[in-house]
Amino acid sequence: MTAFHSHLPVLQVIVPMLTAPLVILLNQKRLPWIVATAASLCAFAIAVTLAMSVMAGQTIQYSLGAWPAPWGIELAVDAFSALMLLVVTGASSVALLAGAQSLDKDIEHHRQPLFYAAWLLALSGLAGILVTADAFNIFVFMEISSLASYVLISGGPDKRALPAVFKYLVMGTIGATFYLIGVGLIYMMTGTLNLADMAFRIEDVADQTPILLAAGFITIGLALKAAIFPLHIWLPNAYTYAPNMVTVFLAACATKVAIYVLLRFDFFVFQPNLVGHDFQFTFFLLPLSLLAILVGSSVAIFEPKLKRLMAWSSVAQIGYITLGASLLSVSGTTASVLHIFNHSLAKGALFLVMACLGMRIAQLRIDNIAGIAQKMPWTMAAFVLAGLSLIGVPGTAGFISKWYLITASFESGAMGIALVVIILISSLMAVVYIWRIVESAYFRQPEEDLVITEAPIPLLLMTWVVVLMNVYFGFAPGVPIELATGAAELLHGQTP
Amino acid sequence: MELLGLYYYWVFAILLMIGLYAVIVKLNLIKKLIGLSLFQAAVFLLYITMGKLEGGTAPIVTDANANGLFSNPLPQVLILTAIVVGISTMALGLGIVIRIKEEYGTIEEDEIQEIDK
Repeated sequence: MTAFHSHLPVLQVIVPMLTAPLVILLNQKRLPWIVATAASLCAFAIAVTLAMSVMAGQTIQYSLGAWPAPWGIELAVDAFSALMLLVVTGASSVALLAGAQSLDKDIEHHRQPLFYAAWLLALSGLAGILVTADAFNIFVFMEISSLASYVLISGGPDKRALPAVFKYLVMGTIGATFYLIGVGLIYMMTGTLNLADMAFRIEDVADQTPILLAAGFITIGLALKAAIFPLHIWLPNAYTYAPNMVTVFLAACATKVAIYVLLRFDFFVFQPNLVGHDFQFTFFLLPLSLLAILVGSSVAIFEPKLKRLMAWSSVAQIGYITLGASLLSVSGTTASVLHIFNHSLAKGALFLVMACLGMRIAQLRIDNIAGIAQKMPWTMAAFVLAGLSLIGVPGTAGFISKWYLITASFESGAMGIALVVIILISSLMAVVYIWRIVESAYFRQPEEDLVITEAPIPLLLMTWVVVLMNVYFGFAPGVPIELATGAAELLHGQTP
Repeated sequence: MELLGLYYYWVFAILLMIGLYAVIVKLNLIKKLIGLSLFQAAVFLLYITMGKLEGGTAPIVTDANANGLFSNPLPQVLILTAIVVGISTMALGLGIVIRIKEEYGTIEEDEIQEIDK
């Protein structure tokens, strides 16, 4: 391993972070976009390199400032964080590559440098959460990424984004502060902030009230950030009124990073040490996951606004992710981690299609896209394929994680059959809401003659890249499955 | 009297709940932000009290006091970071409220919902 190689975990964070102030200084027409995209691609390349090292069996650890672990801040990349880094940096890169025209439409030229700076800060915050192994560091990065994403969401022309983002800000801050209280209480009892050290030391004090309190605060706080039902109410409006490209980026990864922290904390620190915590975790998460799946899908079926429909579907999909984790088995967690990856692909593609439509239509409602498949055949074909992946049709990425989820449910005994039934029902509900859009776009006659053309080429091209990735990972899911299995084995304390 | 002996945790808990109450109940967005600020300030106090040791001094170790009693400086350093985060959140929140006032002409939550219908 070369010297440069060993610095990759920290570069993952500081490349976008240091590019952000540079971007503000640039005011030539396309320059901010070019630099931001380059930084994002660079972060993606680092994530790919890290993932390759992890898959080759290396454990990547990095001591910031060369201070050794429990005293200094440690960065660590394992299978779970490597997979998540791919998702985050990939989503950011795709959205930026695709989004130049779409963002021109939503953000005035003179505000673009600041907007791209906020984008890079959000990226570096999310990447920071994933590489760090320090509980307080996670809080700081979580707030960096949240503050930046509030700016991104409210940056668009739609004034309804403002109350939405205010709600997000209030709920997000409460979530982060709850997490902070939890970390503080643990620090009080163990005197450490390093996650591995914490997991080791918490054993001696595991039955004390502050630790139990901390477990509660941390779980609720992160559930707020992750939009786990019923703490999801900030999500639909925030996603709906954000600029289209911001929705692509954030919908693909922001809530999932919070789930990452939740799983990591719960499985590493609490479950091995706290008596009865695993039962409480399931008892808390399983019913909420099922409600999220059913309520999210039901609301999506009756929602006339396209982006809001997709956002409610995200609430349901977060339910699948937490459902897998709440089964507390290696196969369940594998399904959960795999679904994080596959859902990012499917929902990323669907929101890219929304951005394509948004380039040509002012109001994205089901009635307004009647007959649009005649004018934008490529866009709508992409929608159909991505929709199939969301539903979980064989041959798409969505099928792989649904299959894992169903297998894991069957393993969990009698209750499993009920779970499988619910998963199947909600998949049928997904068929309904995807079909409503397909029906409107393909089989209804446009009310007047639509004078619109196909979406801009770069946007359409990137949409298809993601759609084809949905198909590719449906047939060749080796890499994500390997990383997800590795992640699940790590979380359950088995050496892979 | 044991419960009252932990009065600093009571201050934390009560302040936290006052803040949360304001965030949930008040309809005025500025009042919500004030509540949020109180909510965060309560956590600052939690961190600062946990580092304090009765009779402890600042941890500047010299030959003379090598066996002395020191307070833990780390929680204060941590909370300094959290204060900065809190200020940024507040600034951004107030900025959003100003934009809401420009666009909607009101900062009362129920009136905004009425306009958005």
